Amino acid sequence: MSYSDKIKQVIDGSDVAIFMKGTPAFVMCGNSDRALQALRRAGASVTAVDVLPDPAIRQELSAISGWPTIPQVFVKGELVGGADIVEELEANGELEQTLRERLGDDYAAAREEATITLS
Amino acid sequence: MSTQPLRHLLEQAFPDATELDVVDRTGGGDHFQVTVTAASLSGLSLVEQHRRVYEALSAPLADGTIHELRIKTKGAA
Repeated sequence: MSYSDKIKQVIDGSDVAIFMKGTPAFVMCGNSDRALQALRRAGASVTAVDVLPDPAIRQELSAISGWPTIPQVFVKGELVGGADIVEELEANGELEQTLRERLGDDYAAAREEATITLS
Repeated sequence: MSTQPLRHLLEQAFPDATELDVVDRTGGGDHFQVTVTAASLSGLSLVEQHRRVYEALSAPLADGTIHELRIKTKGAA
């Protein structure tokens, strides 16, 4: 399977997907950290993909999403935005509202973080 | 890169901007904070608003001139 197929699988198959530099356990970029922290504050379980192992991951992701920068956050297959948007939505309460609407009221009941390595 | 070429690209893309600012966050000429408020952004989602900024700055983003970009957008009333 190509990166593109795997990327689409993660986007469509995860409640909340974050494509980031590094992993939740070892974040390699301030912006990826900002987005991850906002998702944590909102109580979201996340599936994280590290884009750093191969530049092709980032290229193919941007071709799919039409979004040029990292991180990229998706909820139920839909692009929510990068670090600036996710932080802004978390600050004004809209992130929780979106998570509630798309994932259900109990979305934060059991917080988990999964990391997927694409290769 | 100084902020001036970026400001120029944004002014072309958002001629109706009521607020348009480009700040070099680190002084190194590659980490920028962009703020745009424009009527043409009204009614768009934040994702769509930021896409417009990315489109305006696609050249310096593609050639690596911009290493990091922070965006704050608003639709003007």
